[in-house]
Amino acid sequence: MGKYITKRILLMFLTLFIIMTMSFILVKLLPLPAVREMGRDVNLILARREKMGYNKPILVQYYLFLKNVITEWDWGVGEQMYEGLNVWSVMMQKLPYTVLVNLYSILIAIPLGLGFGIYAALKKNKWQDHLISTLVMVFISVPSYVYAFLIQYFLCFKLGWFPLQLESLGKAGSLFSWRMFSSMIPAVLSLGFGVVAGLTRYTRAELSEVLTGDYMLLARTKGLTKAQAISRHALRNAMVVILPMIIGEFIGILGGSLIIENIFGIPGVGSLYITSINVRDYNFFMAMSMFYTFIGLASGIVNDISYGLIDPRIRMGSKK
Amino acid sequence: MMNEQRIPEIPAEKFRFIQQNEKIHDERIKTKPIGYFKDAWLRFVRNKSAVVAFGLIVFLVLFAIIVPFISRYDVTFRSGYYKTMQPRNKWFVGSGFWDGGKQENLNKDSFEAIRAIGVETGRNVIMKENRVYTDSKGVEYHDVRVDSYYRVGFAYINLTQDEYTKLQQYQTEKNIQVIYPLSATAGTDFLQGNGGANYWYKLQNEASTSTGSPLLDEKGQLIPNYLTSAERNRAGYDSLRVSWDNGGPEGNEWLVYAQKNQSGYRVRVDYYEYFRYLYGQEPSFLFGTNGYGQDLLTCLAAGARLSFLLAIFVSVFNFLIGGIYGAVEGYYGGAVDMVMERISDVLYDVPFMVVATLFQLHLANTVGVLPSLLFAFVLTGWVGMAARVRMQFYRFKGHEYVLAARTLGASDRRLIFKHIYPNSLGTIITGSVLAIPGVIFTESMLSYLHIINLETSSLTSIGTLLAGGQGYLSTYPHIIFFPALFISILEISFNLFGNGLRDALNPSLRGAED
Repeated sequence: MGKYITKRILLMFLTLFIIMTMSFILVKLLPLPAVREMGRDVNLILARREKMGYNKPILVQYYLFLKNVITEWDWGVGEQMYEGLNVWSVMMQKLPYTVLVNLYSILIAIPLGLGFGIYAALKKNKWQDHLISTLVMVFISVPSYVYAFLIQYFLCFKLGWFPLQLESLGKAGSLFSWRMFSSMIPAVLSLGFGVVAGLTRYTRAELSEVLTGDYMLLARTKGLTKAQAISRHALRNAMVVILPMIIGEFIGILGGSLIIENIFGIPGVGSLYITSINVRDYNFFMAMSMFYTFIGLASGIVNDISYGLIDPRIRMGSKK
Repeated sequence: MMNEQRIPEIPAEKFRFIQQNEKIHDERIKTKPIGYFKDAWLRFVRNKSAVVAFGLIVFLVLFAIIVPFISRYDVTFRSGYYKTMQPRNKWFVGSGFWDGGKQENLNKDSFEAIRAIGVETGRNVIMKENRVYTDSKGVEYHDVRVDSYYRVGFAYINLTQDEYTKLQQYQTEKNIQVIYPLSATAGTDFLQGNGGANYWYKLQNEASTSTGSPLLDEKGQLIPNYLTSAERNRAGYDSLRVSWDNGGPEGNEWLVYAQKNQSGYRVRVDYYEYFRYLYGQEPSFLFGTNGYGQDLLTCLAAGARLSFLLAIFVSVFNFLIGGIYGAVEGYYGGAVDMVMERISDVLYDVPFMVVATLFQLHLANTVGVLPSLLFAFVLTGWVGMAARVRMQFYRFKGHEYVLAARTLGASDRRLIFKHIYPNSLGTIITGSVLAIPGVIFTESMLSYLHIINLETSSLTSIGTLLAGGQGYLSTYPHIIFFPALFISILEISFNLFGNGLRDALNPSLRGAED
């Protein structure tokens, strides 16, 4: 197992390196944004660019970039936004918002999703199952921003239960205050629908497949009650597939949802990324792109490894 | 077995041979043979929800194709006056729903101002008065339903000499009054009511440049307050007049219907009629208009067109590239497969946002926004298709029929395209169809976030419409409602249809979720 994990992680870094190289070269081929003269010393900015090696050949710049990242974990400073501030520390400031919103939505969604999924699988082909499956189909298909608009209009505007936008940290006191939490609820709900629907569908499919297995018949024949057979045999086997998916979701919360953050004004990493694209801040863009690539890769690996940990018979991509 | 029947004895001579000297042949199958696609079709039509979804998709596609042709407006149409109009269907007028009306809570002055428009034009702006109440501070409020089209009222516009003459001819021909006498406050810069064009009556406080309370005569009627002139300054006007103006001096003065300026004439028009004069029809928008004054129906159809076209192109390219790539990988296997898999692995792991952004930054200026978005979709999109095809090839290449064909001397190309490909066609078609809702969603998201800017003068997309409606979410929710409804129906139908197609084409995968 250890060897397998090492191999997967090394492969991940190789992939990450390739993607980083390609992105860096593509970004550096772009013209630098013009220096805005309003209230700034143009020469100072030009001097800073010179010092940071922006006028050197691209490969030399890449070497410098890699050296800074590997030795000092220095991803550069903001040029067009958060000027002069360290890119990494700005990102770390934004991360808690994204993580909190996504964490809440997942924590709410998991029990609901599992519950609905199990219920639908047990009532397979009855009206309850048809109802749940239809709803799941609808909720999975409708884009998350549509929920966001509906929630913002009905819950926030018409009923006035929640603020339209996320409260600022200054007003709410702290990230974990009640006021902050309640202003996060609309975003949490909008994200939650999709997760619940996805999890329900997955659980239902897995569990209903497991329920038809011969060992379920054997368990019943041995004299276990239906509840015992389901909880001890069916659920455990279904979890082999469901649990890695949930673990993968947890890694995904770091990335967050760009569009939901935009709608509810959450100052998370997603909106940072969008801003970096819109104002053409290439240092931020590079760092954020790598961040997202890393999250994608990491959740894939964690997913595969957790399969192996939960069920030792499965080793994704290993020789045996 | 329980009710065992005794068969009565049958005498031997009652038996006879059906045939004795002829050969028996198998009977020819009379029914038509059912091929793969026929079989799939039979399975598909049994799935009612998929059929309904397919019908919806056809409807939406037809909507996108036909509406731009029959609509009188196009995407470039932007009405400066009819912004944020409520949806109005002519058949629903009077029903209190979908009639272009909007529920509003107005204070007395605003209410009077709106009612006054109705008095002058003869079109009642107030559709329904729900209640009048006085709040704790003693201010009178009117809870009313207002016709959003009629409330636009009047506007000052500049016409050239030519346009001015034509408009007068139109008036005389059709007997419809468009040009109304200028208001006495025409020189004042009013902030509200279309620059003061709607204040044709006397105000209690003439100096006020905001909403003013009207001055009423002893009968409780508004007192007209038109601009008059001692000279016979009619600026070439000899067409319809307000009913009580007989064309002669009122007192010692004449009503002024137009002022001459550098470019031509400044006139005060009833904008509803002026719109009719310009576009040949009443301003009435089935889905309303957005904040730029664009017709939402037309924009939605144009956006849908764009989405469909993009999605179809992406699907076709993925189909071609992914199909061939996966086929080569799966068919040759071994080292070829290893190397090609690593390449697609790396591409698979690049976040789409990064690709889309980089392509946008690099290519949007040279090849255009849409082609660069298409490239971005294709660059990462074919990987999934290739993986599917590869798996199918692994599954089929060892089958006896393939080995037999190889033994008979079939070339690699023949084996791939004639023998294995048809077998994996079901998977490929399903994959292509199920990719479409994803592409449409992603495109709407990217344009919503302004990462791609599809909004040019003649182009729009669902995401752009959504973004344009967000600021009006609380005041004019219909602007965001129609695009959101459209994309929701689209996504649901495509997913249902795709699933139905998958069940029909690959019955062995029925119920699987991938």
